Amino acid sequence: MSTDNFVDQLRVEDVPKRTRKRKVVLPGQRKISLRHRLRTSWQLYLLVLPAVIWVLIFMYWPMYGIQIAFRDFTPVGGLTGSEWVGMKHISRFVESYNFWPLLRNTLVLAFYELIAGFPIPIVLALALNAVRQKYFSRVVQLITYAPNFISVVVVVGILVMLLDPSTGILPHALNLLEITPPAFLTDPGWFRHTYVWSGIWQTAGFSAIIYLAALTAVPPELHEAAKVDGASQLRRMWHIEVPAILPIAIVLMILSVGTIMSVGFEKVLLMQNPLNLTTSQVIDTYVYEVGLKSPIPQYSYATAIGLFRSVVGLILLVAVNSLAKRVAKAGLF
Amino acid sequence: MAVIESPSHHEEATPSRRPGASPASRPRRIKEPASDRVLNVVMIVVLIIFCTTIIYPFVYIVSASLSDPRAVSSGEMWLWPIGVSLDAYEAIFDYPAIPRGFLNSLFYSAAAMTIGTAVTITGGYALSRSDLVGRNALTILFVLTMMFSGGMIPTYLVVQQLGLLNTVWSIILPTCVSVWQLIVTRTFFQTTIPHELLECSLIDGASDLRFFGQIVLPLSKPIIAVNLLLYGVATWNSYFNALIYLTDESLYPLQLVMRNILLENSFDPSEMTNADPARIAAMQKLADQLKYALIIIASVPPLIAYPFVQKHFVKGMMIGSLKG
Repeated sequence: MSTDNFVDQLRVEDVPKRTRKRKVVLPGQRKISLRHRLRTSWQLYLLVLPAVIWVLIFMYWPMYGIQIAFRDFTPVGGLTGSEWVGMKHISRFVESYNFWPLLRNTLVLAFYELIAGFPIPIVLALALNAVRQKYFSRVVQLITYAPNFISVVVVVGILVMLLDPSTGILPHALNLLEITPPAFLTDPGWFRHTYVWSGIWQTAGFSAIIYLAALTAVPPELHEAAKVDGASQLRRMWHIEVPAILPIAIVLMILSVGTIMSVGFEKVLLMQNPLNLTTSQVIDTYVYEVGLKSPIPQYSYATAIGLFRSVVGLILLVAVNSLAKRVAKAGLF
Repeated sequence: MAVIESPSHHEEATPSRRPGASPASRPRRIKEPASDRVLNVVMIVVLIIFCTTIIYPFVYIVSASLSDPRAVSSGEMWLWPIGVSLDAYEAIFDYPAIPRGFLNSLFYSAAAMTIGTAVTITGGYALSRSDLVGRNALTILFVLTMMFSGGMIPTYLVVQQLGLLNTVWSIILPTCVSVWQLIVTRTFFQTTIPHELLECSLIDGASDLRFFGQIVLPLSKPIIAVNLLLYGVATWNSYFNALIYLTDESLYPLQLVMRNILLENSFDPSEMTNADPARIAAMQKLADQLKYALIIIASVPPLIAYPFVQKHFVKGMMIGSLKG
């Protein structure tokens, strides 16, 4: 963890602004025409071409295909050739008996995750940054980043093995303490806790990186001055370091609100079982269920549900952004 | 009472209450308040607890994969293995789906890593050049996809129309580029490749491609390493693409095999190669052990790879995301 290098890198801000012109202007050649520039920089376009092709095929083509939410999809008609039916599928979803439970499950799970997961990386970063024993701090970082690199399948596998009511070690330990272990994996009431806290276990360390980076950018003079004035470490954390982190924290918060409707869908799907469905069925897993898993896939209906989800996500994003702008004077756009 | 204590001992035991020593007789230094030292200890304790909660499950799984199954299921084994044996690991290699999944995953990761990094580095470099006409429009083209996407079904239908269903390409191509990494890479180039270098090379007659290949690439090892790691790990760890795009079991990546065994309990010893009844019975007994061993096997490659690249994280990734 070479934070020292990082500090050097961070302060390259004083590098002079780049000139827009690419060629050295030779005497007698005052203006470079657009055509000339295009002709000479074809090699740059060649470099960016694969990325553009990829994004067009795998990102924009599906976006174009969203229109099947407003059509009755038939395999013959494909993405664009089926019959228009307008809002039929969306209103069918909004009126279905599944609508409110799905919306509630999605929002509750997402906000729980957001609120529980938000402060822990910050506290972790503050502690890592303040601990005097730098070697210790590096070892802790090495350990806390590690779970981020294992797959959700492994994490859920570990959960299943450790929490299994008859063979898992945690129920055994609780039994020893004469506490009846709850059914962590099958009780709908426990699904949310298990999901959120295992997620924090996996990502908190890694999420702390960005705050650690923000902390290394705090000028040491601030700390020196505060020390001379007799500020304790705790006070310096609160009055110097927390304000330094805050703008980044707000931006990250807004970003995660934007993706809130698509709560860690892959992990929810893995943790789902028939017994905890009442709290574990979220919009995305439902889309998978009606769209791809069922023997008679309803592509149009599933796409309409997915679209509904994205629109709600976008509305939330805009709302939180304007709120953040008003309250904290920091926002994304 | 006149016991002569050794001064050093005395000092170690109660340095602050030493009666004879006036503060002036020692070199003065600004002493940190006691509250700061307490805080330091508190923080260390909290960090140690946090690390323990991370390490313990791993230690437990490793021990359980090596222990006698009965000791594990009874809760007798809680930290160190009891009755060590490597049977579970041997059994893993007898169950054809697992080694095959492992090799498939290696192949997918290597391919996705290579393609993804190549596309990201070249694209990121071109986008970092301020003289690229249409640069802003192109950047917006990419950034928009971070906020909007077609969603699961339209993407599936596109993959279907391209004829990729049930081919290795359906695992590699749809997710082989991450726009977020592309933007981070672009920012890395913007902040680390000085403009003067480009001007010098252009005066010396180098083309853009040549400048990129001979000057930029050698300077960008950290970002290449970070890209390789993140793409490799992401592909190694993914199961969902395989779940929806593949029906041919011989193409399954390890994560999907593991999901089926761990969570769907679809472990069937009779699918073993050269299975005789005695061996099948032995495997049945090992079934739980095998799950622990499988978790280990699946987490080892990323966990081995990441410390090598970790030193580049801060350099390569952080600059990009902070400045971006």
